[in-house]
Amino acid sequence: MGRININSVTKRFQTGSSAVTALDNVSLSVQEQEIVTLVGASGCGKSTLLNLIAGFETPTVGNVLVDGQPVKGPGPDRGVVFQQTALFPWLSVEDNIGFGLSLRANQKVGDHRQIVERMLQRTGLSAFRERRPAELSGGMRQRAAIASVLAINPSTLLMDEPFGALDSLTRSIMQDFLLEIWDEQRKTVVLVTHDIDEAVYLADRTVIMTAHPGQIHEVIDVGLPRPRRYEMRSEAPFIALRDHVTQIVRSEAIKGTVGG
Amino acid sequence: MPDQATSPGDQPSSVAKSGGAWRRVSITVQYAIFPVGILLLWQICSEIGFVRRDVLPPPSAVLSVWYDLITGSTDLAGRYSGTWLDHAWASTWRVFAGFSWGVALGILLGLLVGLSRMVERTLDPTIQVLRNIPVTAWVPLSLVFFGIGNAPAVFLIGLGAFFPAAINSTHGVRQINITLYKAARMMGANEWELLSRVILPAALPSILTGVRLSMGIAWVLVVVAEILAVRSGLGYLLNDAYQFFRNDVVIAAMLSIGLLGFCSDRLVVFVRDILLTWNKKETFGGEN
Repeated sequence: MGRININSVTKRFQTGSSAVTALDNVSLSVQEQEIVTLVGASGCGKSTLLNLIAGFETPTVGNVLVDGQPVKGPGPDRGVVFQQTALFPWLSVEDNIGFGLSLRANQKVGDHRQIVERMLQRTGLSAFRERRPAELSGGMRQRAAIASVLAINPSTLLMDEPFGALDSLTRSIMQDFLLEIWDEQRKTVVLVTHDIDEAVYLADRTVIMTAHPGQIHEVIDVGLPRPRRYEMRSEAPFIALRDHVTQIVRSEAIKGTVGG
Repeated sequence: MPDQATSPGDQPSSVAKSGGAWRRVSITVQYAIFPVGILLLWQICSEIGFVRRDVLPPPSAVLSVWYDLITGSTDLAGRYSGTWLDHAWASTWRVFAGFSWGVALGILLGLLVGLSRMVERTLDPTIQVLRNIPVTAWVPLSLVFFGIGNAPAVFLIGLGAFFPAAINSTHGVRQINITLYKAARMMGANEWELLSRVILPAALPSILTGVRLSMGIAWVLVVVAEILAVRSGLGYLLNDAYQFFRNDVVIAAMLSIGLLGFCSDRLVVFVRDILLTWNKKETFGGEN
């Protein structure tokens, strides 16, 4: 579960009389339990691509299949983690994590209380269960948001710059947290980021996208051994990959600014 | 809370005790200094003959008349002696009757306008035009339609209460964080769950701001209505006493309206604080 096929997808946004092509003839397959990261300069359509998989947008041309079925709209099989943490400010951490489970659509997921309890423990938030989101630090908030998505047990995690709002130390801790979770639950992960270190560190494959129009420039097999360790970032194979990706993203971004 | 900054941990304990007491005195003075100052100035102006006592009676005289208005024991208020409770009840009843229908309809239509572009196109232009007609301009027509009595009063008060409730409810829906809405949809929330568990709670702070404004307007309009349309209530008392040059009664009636309005506002705030315990943490509460 969690196999994604994007087949020759073009997405145009109509703004008044002019149309903007956000994605132009993009094809990509993501295997079950694979971690794929999308990087590229802003405006390259990486978030649009994620929104198409999530079902928040529909393709203008082409189709998106998840486990062979065309995506018709958002659904609990594809959990989305947003950059701006999607926690309900009026609910406690505990109730936020339990929110999805309490919906009619997820009645069959399992024992509500037991899952919430496990998620609280797994994210280290047990002591903060009564707190409201506003009373948490940025890292705790994002862990709670991830827990609330994991609680409904989606086969795919779609993450849109999930750690973009965090400081770099917290961000690296959260990256390892995500990898630990992935190691336990083996979900398919598609993660959009503008942080090239993050993109390489997490991924099985990193997809480099270019803007105007949004296209896939190159797909890189990362091939670093798992489990990943923080120290790998200062070792030669990681640095070589990172520099390669940086070079492409940078030159494309500069081209973009010169070309308009 | 006043004592937080001077808990024993902050200072040597011997200083902390007197410091706490001193701080309480200081806070009481901060609350009292302005109203007490005004009353003193007013009393003095009257005592030295700066203003005529029958034009602006001193606070002491107003207080005595007010006492008789309520109890009917000294006859200082003359023909109004002991009538206060009836008038106060009449006004309060009208305010809450008008407020109830105005706010209920306002929240309902306001939410619908916020939720549906179709309802917005159908209703919003009309609401926007009507709200620019001062409610007082509705007085003649409502008298023609409803005659003299409670009906035009309750109508006018409800009309006034309607607009703040409606407009703030619409705004409350419109300003909902789209990420929360998308997250709930992603988790599989159906239409009813989106409305009851995401949209309504998220819009509630704004809705209740509207309700609070509605309560304020209701007390303005009850006075207007009672001066023009009914022969009871604090507004009527005020206007009648004015006709008989009883400015002491006029002022007592004014203060009564202010006091009841204040209590109604506190009631709304009380309910709001119960419903919105979560909303306080992120706002600026003022420096201590």
